[in-house]
Amino acid sequence: MPYTYLDNLTTADVAFQATGETPEEMFISAAQATMAVMVPDLDSIDNLQTRRIYLKDDAIDMLLFQFLQELIFFKDAESLLLKVESVKIEQGNNQYELSAELGGEAADPDKHELVVDVKAVTLHKFQVAQTPDGWQAVVILDI
Amino acid sequence: MVQIKTAKRISQALWEIPTSYKPGMRVPARIYAGEKLFEQMEDGIIEQITNVALLPGIVDYAFCMPDGHWGYGFPIGGAAAMDTRDGVISPGGIGFDINCGMRLLRTNLTYDEVKPKLEHLVDTLYKRVPAGVGAKGIVRLSKDDFCNLVEQGSKWCHKNGYAWQEDLERTEHSGCIQPADSKKCTQKAIERGFNQIGTLGSGNHYLEIQVVRPENVFDKELAQAFGIDRPDQVVIMFHCGSRGFGHQVATDYLQTFLKVMGPKYGLNMPDRELACTPFQSPEGQDYFRAMNCAINMAFANRQMIAHRIREVFSDIFHKDPHDLGLEQVYDVAHNTAVIEKHSVRGKQRELLVHRKGATRAFGPGRDELPPIYRKTGQPIIIGGSMETGSYLLVGIESGDQSFFTTAHGSGRTMSRRQAKRQFRGDKLQQDMKRRGIYVRCVSHAGLAEEAGPAYKDIDAVVESTAQAGISKPVVRFIPIGNVKG
Repeated sequence: MPYTYLDNLTTADVAFQATGETPEEMFISAAQATMAVMVPDLDSIDNLQTRRIYLKDDAIDMLLFQFLQELIFFKDAESLLLKVESVKIEQGNNQYELSAELGGEAADPDKHELVVDVKAVTLHKFQVAQTPDGWQAVVILDI
Repeated sequence: MVQIKTAKRISQALWEIPTSYKPGMRVPARIYAGEKLFEQMEDGIIEQITNVALLPGIVDYAFCMPDGHWGYGFPIGGAAAMDTRDGVISPGGIGFDINCGMRLLRTNLTYDEVKPKLEHLVDTLYKRVPAGVGAKGIVRLSKDDFCNLVEQGSKWCHKNGYAWQEDLERTEHSGCIQPADSKKCTQKAIERGFNQIGTLGSGNHYLEIQVVRPENVFDKELAQAFGIDRPDQVVIMFHCGSRGFGHQVATDYLQTFLKVMGPKYGLNMPDRELACTPFQSPEGQDYFRAMNCAINMAFANRQMIAHRIREVFSDIFHKDPHDLGLEQVYDVAHNTAVIEKHSVRGKQRELLVHRKGATRAFGPGRDELPPIYRKTGQPIIIGGSMETGSYLLVGIESGDQSFFTTAHGSGRTMSRRQAKRQFRGDKLQQDMKRRGIYVRCVSHAGLAEEAGPAYKDIDAVVESTAQAGISKPVVRFIPIGNVKG
């Protein structure tokens, strides 16, 4: 699994480390880690609706912050549980641009085990780094 | 675990970390806790509360309450008062769940009257108070109506038939804080929140039916003044906040503040969650007005849930909610920054008091209190874990030492994952039923995360606040029924 939950960074909230060979892979891992806090069985989410998002930021960590925040936004605004179908990150003009296709369906307590809401992505100890093996992020979610 | 030698013991339940602990600390940090609670605190709390002491404009001390635990930015249980003229405002001193808070309703009913209907009551509350991930609210509002609601708070509910006049009086700020300007909230925040009015949420948010045993009344006269006036009386307590709307307001302004704090205001903090701007800056004032909308949204959210609780009790007992004595005792906010006047070394000053996972605890005589509580002091509602019990406290004069701030709950001591490894939700639910607590929950895994042993000893937390003289216990409540989001 390209993400692991960390016990030594927070008591009340949830911390995880996500990895990937490329920024895109790491972003997908981080999205999985975030959604799996709410719905541990991600396979129970069927791809019935899609949403496209475009984001830009001059820092890659804040791009990840915004990206994870989008998943939380759709969960509240449209009760949608979304997974990343595809994501592309491009760099140019001192700016990172992300486009992604998200797919999923409305939260349904009869179908999905819904554990706990993620309220927000926090910036406490938030970190995105390039490592010898690729990319890594450390994120604490507010529960 | 905290090294006791880090701090100087000021009194039985108060510890101080001097400014020499960390470069840049403007004031010492003060932690309220008995020795055992203090020793159990995580090192992260020391790091975070001493970071709070770095904030410009902080007055007297950076405070941490006895239920304090490791959070982001401020520790949960952190409080700091900033001068409104030259101090800062920081979303990290308020939290994402703006005005997460507690409401307490009393009844005329006793345990013997409720017991035969307890399961029916809890099952019906579970069905009719939306809870959990993705739940939609109990009223459909247009976005324009939602904007009115967030500017008016509980007043909107009263105008629309969801509140009694006295509910407003028995809510901090009468359920409507100003200045609140919905134009300072993003479209995203509005979209996240407009369909969530009257939802409980999840995590540590719950609705509980509780009983007051005669041996748990510590001050009969005050209990009476707060409507706790008969043996084995049943009350209803619930905990929830401003839902996605408040979370988004905080998220939006965290990003705004990060962009301007360094380049525009020359502010630099060791944790991005302590992003801040001068309170009097355009960004600071915009956030203040948006945050106040989230405070109002949470008041309205709890008001709608109170209305729904009255409907359910009325249906099940076939009586008007007035005849059931379903009056609101009080509603307290946990995560706010509010302008208050306080005496600082004999001088009246206007301060922006940040409380994050901490409760306002005004003593007797404060103008902000409604007439019925002006002589007694403010009722303070302390929610415990779902297994152990909760408290009603009162604010006292000596609370001025912490700008009238006290604890808010029992405070976690075990991480969520640890709790899930140690407890099983379905087994916990059965065990609790055997012990006389009937629980309905959206998720068993979510229930396991909230198991009693994952929290600090609520009795020790309350005792610490009493020893330190920041609040005084009035009544202890025992849970008998629980709805968990």
